Amino acid sequence: MSAETPEERRFEVGDEVRVALSHPPGHRRTPFYIRGKTGVVERYCGAFRNPEELAYGFDGEPRRHLYRVRFRQHDIWDGYDGPEQDTLDLEIYQHWLERA
Amino acid sequence: MAEEERGHVEAHHHDHHHEVAPENRDVEETGHYELMATAIRELLVEKGVVTPEQIREQLEFMDSRGPALGAEIVAKAWTDPAFRERLLDDGTAAVGELGIPMAGTELVVVENTPDTHNMIVCTLCSCYPRTILGLPPDWYKSKSYRSRAVIEPRAVLEEFGTTVADDVTVRVHDSNADMRYLVLPMQPEGTESWDAERLAGIVTRDCMVGVALPDASG
Repeated sequence: MSAETPEERRFEVGDEVRVALSHPPGHRRTPFYIRGKTGVVERYCGAFRNPEELAYGFDGEPRRHLYRVRFRQHDIWDGYDGPEQDTLDLEIYQHWLERA
Repeated sequence: MAEEERGHVEAHHHDHHHEVAPENRDVEETGHYELMATAIRELLVEKGVVTPEQIREQLEFMDSRGPALGAEIVAKAWTDPAFRERLLDDGTAAVGELGIPMAGTELVVVENTPDTHNMIVCTLCSCYPRTILGLPPDWYKSKSYRSRAVIEPRAVLEEFGTTVADDVTVRVHDSNADMRYLVLPMQPEGTESWDAERLAGIVTRDCMVGVALPDASG
Protein backbone atom coordinates (compact mmCIF):
# COMPACT_ATOMS: atom_id res chain seq x y z
CA MET A 1 0.00 0.00 0.00
CA SER A 2 1.14 3.54 -0.69
CA ALA A 3 1.76 6.33 1.79
CA GLU A 4 -0.84 8.63 0.25
CA THR A 5 -3.77 9.39 2.56
CA PRO A 6 -6.89 7.49 1.60
CA GLU A 7 -10.26 9.18 1.14
CA GLU A 8 -12.26 10.02 4.29
CA ARG A 9 -13.96 7.07 5.92
CA ARG A 10 -17.75 7.42 6.15
CA PHE A 11 -19.14 4.18 7.63
CA GLU A 12 -18.80 2.14 10.81
CA VAL A 13 -19.61 -1.45 11.69
CA GLY A 14 -23.37 -1.76 12.21
CA ASP A 15 -24.33 1.05 9.80
CA GLU A 16 -27.18 0.31 7.43
CA VAL A 17 -26.08 0.98 3.86
CA ARG A 18 -27.50 0.78 0.38
CA VAL A 19 -25.46 -0.21 -2.66
CA ALA A 20 -25.79 2.30 -5.49
CA LEU A 21 -28.19 1.23 -8.23
CA SER A 22 -25.81 2.33 -10.93
CA HIS A 23 -24.55 0.70 -14.11
CA PRO A 24 -21.35 2.43 -15.20
CA PRO A 25 -19.41 0.74 -17.99
CA GLY A 26 -16.02 -0.82 -17.34
CA HIS A 27 -14.36 -3.14 -14.88
CA ARG A 28 -16.43 -3.04 -11.63
CA ARG A 29 -16.11 -5.05 -8.45
CA THR A 30 -19.73 -4.66 -7.38
CA PRO A 31 -21.74 -7.58 -8.78
CA PHE A 32 -24.96 -6.64 -10.58
CA TYR A 33 -27.11 -8.74 -8.27
CA ILE A 34 -26.31 -6.63 -5.22
CA ARG A 35 -26.78 -3.18 -6.76
CA GLY A 36 -29.66 -1.29 -5.12
CA LYS A 37 -29.81 -3.69 -2.15
CA THR A 38 -29.62 -2.72 1.53
CA GLY A 39 -27.43 -4.42 4.13
CA VAL A 40 -25.40 -3.80 7.29
CA VAL A 41 -21.65 -3.13 7.56
CA GLU A 42 -20.15 -6.26 9.12
CA ARG A 43 -16.50 -5.23 9.18
CA TYR A 44 -14.07 -2.68 7.86
CA CYS A 45 -11.51 -4.35 5.58
CA GLY A 46 -9.02 -1.50 5.11
CA ALA A 47 -8.13 0.95 2.35
CA PHE A 48 -7.03 -0.37 -1.04
CA ARG A 49 -6.00 1.10 -4.32
CA ASN A 50 -9.16 1.37 -6.42
CA PRO A 51 -9.26 -1.77 -8.61
CA GLU A 52 -11.68 -0.06 -10.99
CA GLU A 53 -8.85 2.29 -11.97
CA LEU A 54 -5.95 -0.14 -11.57
CA ALA A 55 -7.67 -2.21 -14.27
CA TYR A 56 -6.96 0.56 -16.76
CA GLY A 57 -3.36 1.29 -15.77
CA PHE A 58 -4.05 4.21 -13.39
CA ASP A 59 -2.42 4.22 -9.94
CA GLY A 60 -5.73 3.68 -8.08
CA GLU A 61 -5.04 6.61 -5.73
CA PRO A 62 -6.43 7.81 -3.42
CA ARG A 63 -7.04 4.47 -1.75
CA ARG A 64 -10.68 3.52 -1.24
CA HIS A 65 -12.23 2.16 1.95
CA LEU A 66 -13.53 -1.36 1.61
CA TYR A 67 -16.33 -2.75 3.77
CA ARG A 68 -17.74 -6.19 4.30
CA VAL A 69 -21.52 -5.79 4.03
CA ARG A 70 -24.02 -8.42 5.16
CA PHE A 71 -27.33 -8.83 3.34
CA ARG A 72 -30.36 -10.98 4.11
CA GLN A 73 -30.83 -13.49 1.30
CA HIS A 74 -34.56 -12.71 1.30
CA ASP A 75 -33.71 -9.03 0.64
CA ILE A 76 -31.61 -9.99 -2.39
CA TRP A 77 -33.67 -12.62 -4.16
CA ASP A 78 -37.42 -12.74 -4.68
CA GLY A 79 -38.53 -16.18 -3.63
CA TYR A 80 -35.26 -17.23 -1.92
CA ASP A 81 -35.84 -20.86 -1.01
CA GLY A 82 -34.35 -20.97 2.47
CA PRO A 83 -34.93 -19.83 6.05
CA GLU A 84 -35.29 -16.15 7.01
CA GLN A 85 -31.92 -15.91 8.74
CA ASP A 86 -29.68 -16.90 5.79
CA THR A 87 -27.23 -14.21 4.76
CA LEU A 88 -24.71 -13.26 2.11
CA ASP A 89 -21.59 -11.17 2.76
CA LEU A 90 -19.61 -9.31 0.17
CA GLU A 91 -17.02 -6.58 -0.15
CA ILE A 92 -18.19 -3.17 -1.32
CA TYR A 93 -16.02 -0.11 -1.88
CA GLN A 94 -17.17 3.06 -0.12
CA HIS A 95 -17.89 4.95 -3.34
CA TRP A 96 -20.62 2.39 -4.09
CA LEU A 97 -22.32 2.87 -0.71
CA GLU A 98 -24.86 5.37 0.58
CA ARG A 99 -26.51 5.60 3.99
CA ALA A 100 -29.79 3.67 3.98
CA MET B 1 -21.56 -26.33 -63.61
CA ALA B 2 -23.95 -25.30 -60.86
CA GLU B 3 -24.17 -28.93 -59.78
CA GLU B 4 -20.39 -29.12 -59.48
CA GLU B 5 -20.25 -25.91 -57.47
CA ARG B 6 -22.87 -27.15 -55.06
CA GLY B 7 -21.02 -30.41 -54.75
CA HIS B 8 -17.82 -28.55 -54.03
CA VAL B 9 -19.44 -26.38 -51.40
CA GLU B 10 -20.95 -29.40 -49.70
CA ALA B 11 -17.59 -31.18 -49.70
CA HIS B 12 -16.03 -28.10 -48.22
CA HIS B 13 -18.63 -27.95 -45.46
CA HIS B 14 -18.05 -31.59 -44.74
CA ASP B 15 -14.29 -31.09 -44.37
CA HIS B 16 -14.78 -27.95 -42.34
CA HIS B 17 -16.99 -29.81 -39.90
CA HIS B 18 -14.20 -32.26 -39.26
CA GLU B 19 -11.61 -29.55 -38.85
CA VAL B 20 -13.44 -28.01 -35.88
CA ALA B 21 -14.34 -31.29 -34.17
CA PRO B 22 -13.39 -31.01 -30.48
CA GLU B 23 -10.95 -33.92 -30.54
CA ASN B 24 -8.90 -32.28 -33.29
CA ARG B 25 -8.98 -28.89 -31.64
CA ASP B 26 -7.65 -30.29 -28.35
CA VAL B 27 -4.76 -32.12 -29.93
CA GLU B 28 -3.71 -29.91 -32.80
CA GLU B 29 -4.69 -26.31 -32.15
CA THR B 30 -3.54 -23.81 -29.61
CA GLY B 31 -6.55 -21.99 -28.17
CA HIS B 32 -7.06 -18.25 -28.52
CA TYR B 33 -6.51 -17.49 -24.83
CA GLU B 34 -3.48 -19.73 -24.60
CA LEU B 35 -1.93 -17.88 -27.54
CA MET B 36 -2.77 -14.52 -25.97
CA ALA B 37 -1.22 -15.59 -22.65
CA THR B 38 1.93 -16.78 -24.36
CA ALA B 39 2.19 -13.58 -26.41
CA ILE B 40 1.80 -11.39 -23.31
CA ARG B 41 4.35 -13.46 -21.39
CA GLU B 42 6.87 -13.15 -24.22
CA LEU B 43 6.30 -9.40 -24.46
CA LEU B 44 6.76 -8.94 -20.70
CA VAL B 45 10.05 -10.80 -20.88
CA GLU B 46 11.15 -8.95 -24.02
CA LYS B 47 10.47 -5.56 -22.39
CA GLY B 48 12.27 -6.56 -19.20
CA VAL B 49 9.18 -6.38 -16.95
CA VAL B 50 9.72 -9.91 -15.67
CA THR B 51 12.47 -12.45 -16.19
CA PRO B 52 11.95 -16.08 -17.20
CA GLU B 53 13.53 -16.96 -13.85
CA GLN B 54 10.84 -15.02 -11.97
CA ILE B 55 8.11 -16.79 -13.94
CA ARG B 56 9.67 -20.17 -13.18
CA GLU B 57 9.97 -19.30 -9.47
CA GLN B 58 6.31 -18.26 -9.37
CA LEU B 59 5.25 -21.55 -10.99
CA GLU B 60 7.36 -23.42 -8.48
CA PHE B 61 5.76 -21.44 -5.64
CA MET B 62 2.23 -22.21 -6.87
CA ASP B 63 3.09 -25.89 -7.26
CA SER B 64 4.21 -25.94 -3.64
CA ARG B 65 0.81 -24.65 -2.42
CA GLY B 66 -2.00 -27.09 -1.65
CA PRO B 67 -4.81 -27.99 0.77
CA ALA B 68 -2.30 -29.56 3.21
CA LEU B 69 -1.32 -26.01 4.25
CA GLY B 70 -4.95 -25.15 4.99
CA ALA B 71 -5.38 -28.39 6.93
CA GLU B 72 -2.33 -27.52 9.03
CA ILE B 73 -3.84 -24.10 9.83
CA VAL B 74 -7.21 -25.62 10.82
CA ALA B 75 -5.64 -28.36 12.97
CA LYS B 76 -3.48 -25.75 14.71
CA ALA B 77 -6.59 -23.66 15.42
CA TRP B 78 -8.39 -26.71 16.86
CA THR B 79 -5.53 -27.57 19.20
CA ASP B 80 -4.34 -24.08 20.15
CA PRO B 81 -7.14 -21.75 21.38
CA ALA B 82 -4.88 -18.67 21.45
CA PHE B 83 -3.87 -19.25 17.81
CA ARG B 84 -7.53 -19.77 16.89
CA GLU B 85 -8.36 -16.38 18.36
CA ARG B 86 -5.53 -14.69 16.47
CA LEU B 87 -6.57 -16.48 13.27
CA LEU B 88 -10.14 -15.20 13.48
CA ASP B 89 -8.95 -11.73 14.43
CA ASP B 90 -6.30 -11.28 11.72
CA GLY B 91 -5.98 -14.23 9.35
CA THR B 92 -3.10 -12.79 7.34
CA ALA B 93 -0.91 -12.26 10.41
CA ALA B 94 -1.81 -15.60 12.00
CA VAL B 95 -0.93 -17.72 8.95
CA GLY B 96 2.23 -15.63 8.63
CA GLU B 97 3.26 -17.02 12.03
CA LEU B 98 3.24 -20.47 10.41
CA GLY B 99 5.40 -19.19 7.58
CA ILE B 100 2.51 -19.16 5.09
CA PRO B 101 2.48 -15.95 3.01
CA MET B 102 -0.73 -14.43 1.56
CA ALA B 103 1.29 -12.78 -1.21
CA GLY B 104 -0.55 -9.49 -1.52
CA THR B 105 -4.07 -10.47 -0.51
CA GLU B 106 -5.70 -10.40 2.94
CA LEU B 107 -7.05 -13.53 4.62
CA VAL B 108 -10.36 -13.58 6.45
CA VAL B 109 -11.09 -16.79 8.36
CA VAL B 110 -14.78 -17.47 9.00
CA GLU B 111 -15.76 -19.91 11.69
CA ASN B 112 -18.49 -22.54 11.50
CA THR B 113 -20.48 -22.79 14.74
CA PRO B 114 -23.53 -24.79 15.84
CA ASP B 115 -25.58 -21.77 14.61
CA THR B 116 -23.76 -20.81 11.40
CA HIS B 117 -22.44 -22.59 8.34
CA ASN B 118 -20.12 -20.62 6.01
CA MET B 119 -19.42 -21.21 2.34
CA ILE B 120 -17.17 -19.37 -0.11
CA VAL B 121 -17.70 -18.40 -3.73
CA CYS B 122 -16.36 -15.78 -6.11
CA THR B 123 -19.19 -14.73 -8.42
CA LEU B 124 -17.04 -12.35 -10.48
CA CYS B 125 -14.21 -14.73 -11.37
CA SER B 126 -12.48 -17.37 -9.25
CA CYS B 127 -10.78 -15.62 -6.32
CA TYR B 128 -9.59 -18.33 -3.99
CA PRO B 129 -6.99 -18.51 -1.19
CA ARG B 130 -4.43 -19.98 -3.60
CA THR B 131 -1.44 -19.49 -1.31
CA ILE B 132 -3.20 -21.74 1.23
CA LEU B 133 -5.24 -24.19 -0.85
CA GLY B 134 -3.37 -24.19 -4.17
CA LEU B 135 -5.26 -23.93 -7.45
CA PRO B 136 -9.07 -23.99 -7.23
CA PRO B 137 -10.96 -27.05 -8.49
CA ASP B 138 -12.80 -26.73 -11.81
CA TRP B 139 -16.22 -26.73 -10.16
CA TYR B 140 -15.27 -23.66 -8.12
CA LYS B 141 -14.58 -21.79 -11.36
CA SER B 142 -17.72 -23.03 -13.15
CA LYS B 143 -20.48 -20.56 -13.97
CA SER B 144 -22.92 -22.98 -12.42
CA TYR B 145 -21.29 -22.94 -8.97
CA ARG B 146 -20.58 -19.22 -9.13
CA SER B 147 -24.21 -18.32 -9.79
CA ARG B 148 -26.01 -21.00 -7.81
CA ALA B 149 -23.91 -20.70 -4.62
CA VAL B 150 -25.37 -17.24 -4.02
CA ILE B 151 -28.92 -17.91 -5.27
CA GLU B 152 -29.58 -21.38 -3.84
CA PRO B 153 -26.69 -22.26 -1.50
CA ARG B 154 -28.61 -24.95 0.34
CA ALA B 155 -29.40 -26.83 -2.86
CA VAL B 156 -25.72 -26.65 -3.86
CA LEU B 157 -24.65 -27.89 -0.42
CA GLU B 158 -27.07 -30.82 -0.76
CA GLU B 159 -25.39 -31.77 -4.03
CA PHE B 160 -22.08 -31.93 -2.16
CA GLY B 161 -23.78 -34.20 0.38
CA THR B 162 -23.95 -31.48 3.01
CA THR B 163 -27.29 -30.92 4.71
CA VAL B 164 -27.60 -27.81 6.84
CA ALA B 165 -30.53 -27.79 9.31
CA ASP B 166 -33.17 -25.09 8.89
CA ASP B 167 -32.36 -23.51 12.26
CA VAL B 168 -28.72 -23.02 11.21
CA THR B 169 -27.81 -19.87 9.27
CA VAL B 170 -26.17 -20.41 5.90
CA ARG B 171 -23.77 -17.53 5.36
CA VAL B 172 -22.39 -17.22 1.84
CA HIS B 173 -19.25 -15.15 1.32
CA ASP B 174 -18.81 -13.66 -2.12
CA SER B 175 -15.07 -13.16 -2.48
CA ASN B 176 -15.50 -10.25 -4.89
CA ALA B 177 -12.65 -7.85 -4.05
CA ASP B 178 -9.41 -7.81 -2.03
CA MET B 179 -10.08 -10.38 0.72
CA ARG B 180 -9.60 -14.15 0.50
CA TYR B 181 -11.64 -16.50 2.67
CA LEU B 182 -11.04 -19.73 4.51
CA VAL B 183 -13.71 -21.64 6.43
CA LEU B 184 -12.69 -22.90 9.87
CA PRO B 185 -14.87 -26.02 10.21
CA MET B 186 -16.13 -27.30 13.56
CA GLN B 187 -13.95 -30.02 15.06
CA PRO B 188 -15.90 -33.29 14.89
CA GLU B 189 -16.98 -34.89 18.15
CA GLY B 190 -14.80 -37.76 19.30
CA THR B 191 -11.54 -36.23 18.02
CA GLU B 192 -10.71 -34.30 21.21
CA SER B 193 -7.74 -36.56 22.01
CA TRP B 194 -6.25 -36.44 18.48
CA ASP B 195 -3.01 -34.60 17.86
CA ALA B 196 -2.71 -31.86 15.23
CA GLU B 197 -1.21 -34.14 12.59
CA ARG B 198 -4.04 -36.66 12.82
CA LEU B 199 -6.63 -33.88 12.84
CA ALA B 200 -5.12 -32.33 9.71
CA GLY B 201 -5.78 -35.63 7.95
CA ILE B 202 -9.56 -35.12 8.07
CA VAL B 203 -9.55 -31.48 6.93
CA THR B 204 -10.20 -31.57 3.20
CA ARG B 205 -10.15 -28.77 0.65
CA ASP B 206 -13.96 -28.87 0.35
CA CYS B 207 -14.32 -28.42 4.14
CA MET B 208 -12.28 -25.23 3.92
CA VAL B 209 -14.37 -23.88 1.02
CA GLY B 210 -17.43 -24.73 3.12
CA VAL B 211 -19.18 -27.22 0.86
CA ALA B 212 -18.36 -30.25 3.05
CA LEU B 213 -17.83 -31.14 6.71
CA PRO B 214 -14.86 -33.01 8.21
CA ASP B 215 -15.56 -36.70 8.63
CA ALA B 216 -13.85 -38.43 11.55
CA SER B 217 -15.52 -41.80 11.00
CA GLY B 218 -13.01 -43.07 8.44
